[in-house]
Amino acid sequence: MTNPQTPSDLLLRANKITKNFGGLTAVNEVSVDLRKGEIHAVIGPNGAGKSTLANLLSGDLPPTSGHVALNGQDITGWTPERISRNGLGRSYQKTNIFRSFSVWDNVRLSAQSRTQPGPFNPLAWLTQANHMSDVNARAERAIELAGLQNRRQALAGAASHGEQRQLEIAMTLATEPQVLLLDEPLAGMGVAEAESMVQLLLRLKPYHAMMLVEHDIDAIFTLADQLTVMVNGQVIASGLPAAVRADASVQAAYLGEDH
Amino acid sequence: MSDSQAPLETLPRSLKILLGAGLLALAAFPFVGTDYYVQMVTRMMILAIFAMSLDLLQGVTGLVSLGHAAYFGVAGYVLAFLTPPGEPVSLWWTLPAAVGASALLALVIGFLVVRTHGIYFIMVTMAFAQMVFYVFFDNKALGGSDGIYINFKPEAILFDLENKKVFYFFTLALMVLVYGFLRRLLWSPFGRALAGIRVNEHRMRALGYGTFSHKLAAFSLAGALAGLAGFLWGAQSGYVNPELMGFHMSAHVIMMVILGGMGNFAGAIVGAFSFEYLLHVFKDLPAVGSFNLGKHWQLWMGLFIVALVILAPRGILGLFDSLLKGKAQHHD
Amino acid sequence: MDFVNFLIQLLNSVQYGLLLFMLAAGLTLIFGIMGVVNLAHGSFYMLGAYLAWSLAAMTQSFTLAIILGTLLSVLFGLLLEWLLFRHFYKRDHLDQVLLTFGLIYVFEETRSILWGDDVHGVNIPNVLSASIPLTETLSYPVYRLFMSGVCLLLALGLYLLISKTRLGMKIRAGAFNHEMTEALGVNIKLIHALVFAMGVGLATIAGMVAAPVSSVYPNMGSQVLIMCFVVVVIGGIGSVKGALIAALLVGLVDTFGKVLLPQVAGMLVYVLMAIVLLYKPEGLFKN
Repeated sequence: MTNPQTPSDLLLRANKITKNFGGLTAVNEVSVDLRKGEIHAVIGPNGAGKSTLANLLSGDLPPTSGHVALNGQDITGWTPERISRNGLGRSYQKTNIFRSFSVWDNVRLSAQSRTQPGPFNPLAWLTQANHMSDVNARAERAIELAGLQNRRQALAGAASHGEQRQLEIAMTLATEPQVLLLDEPLAGMGVAEAESMVQLLLRLKPYHAMMLVEHDIDAIFTLADQLTVMVNGQVIASGLPAAVRADASVQAAYLGEDH
Repeated sequence: MSDSQAPLETLPRSLKILLGAGLLALAAFPFVGTDYYVQMVTRMMILAIFAMSLDLLQGVTGLVSLGHAAYFGVAGYVLAFLTPPGEPVSLWWTLPAAVGASALLALVIGFLVVRTHGIYFIMVTMAFAQMVFYVFFDNKALGGSDGIYINFKPEAILFDLENKKVFYFFTLALMVLVYGFLRRLLWSPFGRALAGIRVNEHRMRALGYGTFSHKLAAFSLAGALAGLAGFLWGAQSGYVNPELMGFHMSAHVIMMVILGGMGNFAGAIVGAFSFEYLLHVFKDLPAVGSFNLGKHWQLWMGLFIVALVILAPRGILGLFDSLLKGKAQHHD
Repeated sequence: MDFVNFLIQLLNSVQYGLLLFMLAAGLTLIFGIMGVVNLAHGSFYMLGAYLAWSLAAMTQSFTLAIILGTLLSVLFGLLLEWLLFRHFYKRDHLDQVLLTFGLIYVFEETRSILWGDDVHGVNIPNVLSASIPLTETLSYPVYRLFMSGVCLLLALGLYLLISKTRLGMKIRAGAFNHEMTEALGVNIKLIHALVFAMGVGLATIAGMVAAPVSSVYPNMGSQVLIMCFVVVVIGGIGSVKGALIAALLVGLVDTFGKVLLPQVAGMLVYVLMAIVLLYKPEGLFKN
């Protein structure tokens, strides 16, 4: 499953990222590499620090120490909006959509972030948002990828859980990022929905560097090119999925548990 | 009000028809009303502009500012400073100057306050407005607590603003213009971004939006429009004092916006008219025995506000909307 | 400024700061624990002052007036919480702003109906009416020291309550997570009622104690409210320690400002707030 790795494929590198909250170390010197064409899965029990790690990479939280580089550029301590504009897209474990907007408006607004004239520009006040053809095209692509074509007019807050998770992904895709951080995209999905999501992730793989935080072990093994296991904020194993699965400490700490 | 139900952004057709009828009524009014009422309705329209400016901030962007009157009052004072005691001054440069001053003040204060959230934002907007209030209140050079008189209405040359009917139509035109502008803005990329910030600011940032600059732009634009209203108020009443920038004024405009219904600007107009009208009703209450009901209008106003918050959180247009949908109003 | 004048201004700063603390502590606790913004907080201060005046006139005893006034105001606070405020903890801040603004109007007018609109004075009780001589010409009023003393005592009591007692622990737990605390068997409704009543009590006592010095007049509530807000913003919502430090800071800046830079004295506190906001948008000691 590995592709020939060239330096230009390395889109995101996190180097010894640490996050302390007062006395608690939530993430302890974690390093992660994300390459284009690869899915790098991060798994671990609840409280392992996986979502915190995602927050550190997306800028939602500043790291206590360590560095993150996006496309070779040091983005440590950057704001989430700046990181997003530089090509990183994030989806959330807890669905983070615009509940009172329609599905279409959610994705359209996401796509708009890329080409909107600045807020002090009167053009931004006087043109019509729905007439921005490039934005509409981008939103359309994202909606189709996520399979929500028939649910455009649905109110996002009233959509089913599975549809909301699809919307969560569509919004992330609408900004056309190069790096995707997906936090539990399969959470709470039924079998058929999960299968379509897996298919979607495989379709996205060749064009993005992807990090998947997940709980669903079976899905992970079919998807992941690289696997990192975190327990209590630390990486206990990282590498090819088969090797990691066979690792004794991983078996003891995590895979042996019921999930 | 709680975003459990989104504000009424798209106006239902029946409401549009009603608004159109209202506009016709307003256009016809000066020909049937007395001078006293023409002035009263002019004042209501000025407050409607003020309320619409706050609606941009509060209803659309979700920023609750307890200090919006600062930008209203400052513009009135600019006109007062620019008008010499013995002759009028030209409308055509004083209006932009006043609006510009309010916009600038809003930009400066906005830069400091927009970085705060929630309760902090409410408190600091109030605090800075109070600061502006005291700057004028404590300084004789700026008029002090007595305020300043504006002896002549601004000169427009093309029309005579000293004529009450002309002033009325001038204000009506501006009110319609502001409404049109803001409705357009609501559906512009900027407007949609502001709505997104109201609903989920965190996600907006994750999507790459610079929410600080968006909020600052909204704050400044709202301040500028409040300044337009303040200029008109000073011109119409011929008098400005620090109360125009005070806490009560800021709270009143919040109530107008809520009373009418937030987020669509039509509610702000309805709310401003209704609030002013209610104020008149309460103040004109007769005495019952030795108890002068009208003198204690603040009590009735206060009770009305408490009742409004408990019973009709989406305001008049919200009630209208619920009526249209045929379902009974239901609360949290 | 010579030493004696400096000392006098310092004492005044501390006294004013401690008074502000009494109000800000209640406000910040109510914000921090119940998430409710209360614009009518200044009205409790006014209520305290008017109670002090009317009860002192009735009972001819300042001490009795304070005791009775405290009891009445705590009861009033409990009633208000039960009737109105507890239904607004989960509502939007905007709704709370509206509600409490309406209440300001109601309280102001009720006060006007009950006690009129005149300015009143309250007599300092004889035992506290002396002045401590500092130089041949200058002396410092004992009563102001008494005010600072009362506020300090209450501040200490608050500190001990919050950090050293089980009740205080429950209060702090409630600030973090209502549902969790409730699940642990703590009666969160009672905690909320107590915190609210405490906030009201502190504000009223501040008004009562300040009455002899500041006089009793209609707008006293709104004037002190804004300073209170500034203190809470600077100190950080929910932080009692922050409120104390911020209150003392504000007391210092305001008092010395009026003496040293009278033309801009009114603005100095806001400049202080602006500076704090630039570096710490959530206050100095955000919880």
